[in-house]
Amino acid sequence: MRAYLLRRLLFLLPTLLFASIIVFVTVRLVPGDVVDLMMAQNDISAVRDRARIEAALGLDHPLHVQYFRWAGAALRGDLGRSLWRNTPVVDVLAERLPITFELGVLALAIALSVAIPIGVYSALRQDSWGDYVTRSFSILMLAVPGFWLGTLVMVFPSVWWRWAPELEYARFLDAPLQNLRQMIVPAIILGLSLSAVTMRMTRTMMLEVLRQDYIRTARAKGLSEQIVVARHALRNGLIPVVTLVGLQAPLLIGGAVIMEQIFVIPGMGQLLLDAVSQRDYPVVSGVFLVVGTSVLLINLLVDLSYGFLDPNVRYR
Amino acid sequence: MAVAAPRSLEPAIEAPARGPLAELTVRLFREKKLGAAGGVIFLVFLACAVFADVLAPHGANEVDLVHRFTPPSWEFPLGTDRLGRDMLSRILLGARISMIVGFVGAGLATAISILIGVVSGYLGGRIDMLTQRAVDAWMAFPDLVMLIVVVAVVGPGMPQIIVILGLLYGIAGSRIVRGAVVAVREHLYVHAAQSMGAGTPRILWRHILPNVMPVILVLFTTRIGAVILSEAGLSFLGLGIPPPAPTWGSMLSGSARTYMYIGPWLALAPGLCITLVVYSVNVLGDALRDLLDPRMRGLR
Repeated sequence: MRAYLLRRLLFLLPTLLFASIIVFVTVRLVPGDVVDLMMAQNDISAVRDRARIEAALGLDHPLHVQYFRWAGAALRGDLGRSLWRNTPVVDVLAERLPITFELGVLALAIALSVAIPIGVYSALRQDSWGDYVTRSFSILMLAVPGFWLGTLVMVFPSVWWRWAPELEYARFLDAPLQNLRQMIVPAIILGLSLSAVTMRMTRTMMLEVLRQDYIRTARAKGLSEQIVVARHALRNGLIPVVTLVGLQAPLLIGGAVIMEQIFVIPGMGQLLLDAVSQRDYPVVSGVFLVVGTSVLLINLLVDLSYGFLDPNVRYR
Repeated sequence: MAVAAPRSLEPAIEAPARGPLAELTVRLFREKKLGAAGGVIFLVFLACAVFADVLAPHGANEVDLVHRFTPPSWEFPLGTDRLGRDMLSRILLGARISMIVGFVGAGLATAISILIGVVSGYLGGRIDMLTQRAVDAWMAFPDLVMLIVVVAVVGPGMPQIIVILGLLYGIAGSRIVRGAVVAVREHLYVHAAQSMGAGTPRILWRHILPNVMPVILVLFTTRIGAVILSEAGLSFLGLGIPPPAPTWGSMLSGSARTYMYIGPWLALAPGLCITLVVYSVNVLGDALRDLLDPRMRGLR
């Protein structure tokens, strides 16, 4: 187990290296570079000052030296300071990350609690009317843009019934109810669109598993259908579904950006959009790095979880 | 030549993948009704895009302050917006933007997928390993987050958006092409060609590419939907194609949303069009996949 974990982590290293290069390059490609911006803001324009600022920021070194310095600092948790607020980027991220995390976890919980029961039902009643409806629904949900659903939820209840979703953000620890009232609608929208793929996958996997010999054996032993489905079929059918959940992490984060924008939730997505419009590049690259690393870590966790779900997978 | 046609060495495994388009269409309508319906819906939107100038009753940016916020009527079938612009005309011209972005973006994406996927999959070894780790890293960034950051660097605009979307989906899709190439690479006819001394470019062009064509066709089809959806998402966030271009996404964006409380009909058509186009192209892609290559079932 430890050797496996170590190998997996080693495998992650080149990927992380490439990911950090992607972030670094986008930061460097930024138009109207940071020095111009600072000089404009501070009303200094002499060439001598420019060289001084460049030296102070380390921009006079070759690119690879700059990269190693930046990456070294990032590893120590130093992502620079926000150009606008002058607070460390890490502090800003620490404030926003839990909010997006909460939205993501809620959405995922909703997605799974919708997708797995319906997927199983669909497989047990293959080609029935209910199976057909749920399958059409899941294909449709893949095409409906989340921002449109969000817009509809904002506009129509308010026009028809004078009801609007909660838009005033409160921290979960301060006012849990108000927090949940605001989070629940975007979490449902996000969860429904995620559930589409998971539902399809659960159905396909269950159909495959239900045809296996050990299911026939379990039935022949006289076990009740519930136990056959829950203990024998579901547990085996869910393994690929877990992988899928890992693959959906990027989708979840991308969707959260849109939901935060519509429902005025001050998470990472809003931070990113604000930073982009204010050209606060250290924040942009900070969010970028954190998001990329999280996705890679989530996928690592998913890989490791196989051992729990599938006794056939022994870590070698 | 001693070996007449490498393909004939293994005729049973590789069904001819380049069947004429007409035959494919017939099979689509006969065997895959839902997919065929998707194809028809998509063609209707395509026709709207091509003939938008002729079909649109008004100009897309024709301001008519007398008729602001007119609900749907005979004169304005989809109503008008805050400047009295006719929504139907804007939707039709929006279809043109979506289709251009969708086709060019998906085309570019497919070309990039082929380039990376074929090179990485056929050459294998260290190049493959490095390329795949780089693709892993690229895919760790959520599409939308990557798009927002890149747009922050290059600025909004149609050419930029198309190139970025092409690159984004191209790199992600290279995985699928690579998988198909790896599967084809070990077939006997490829080994036969290699042993006859055929050069790598010739093998790639004559033997590998034609046999991964079904994969590529399906990839291209489903990418059209993905690209259209992403462009709409970006325009929704105000980072896509700048106004006054009538894109479907921007018709739902933050600034437009404040006026929907006065004219709720403004919220319906753009979202419905995005959904319909993406849905139709997705079911078409699903059907093509089933018809062309049953092994690819479940790919997305």
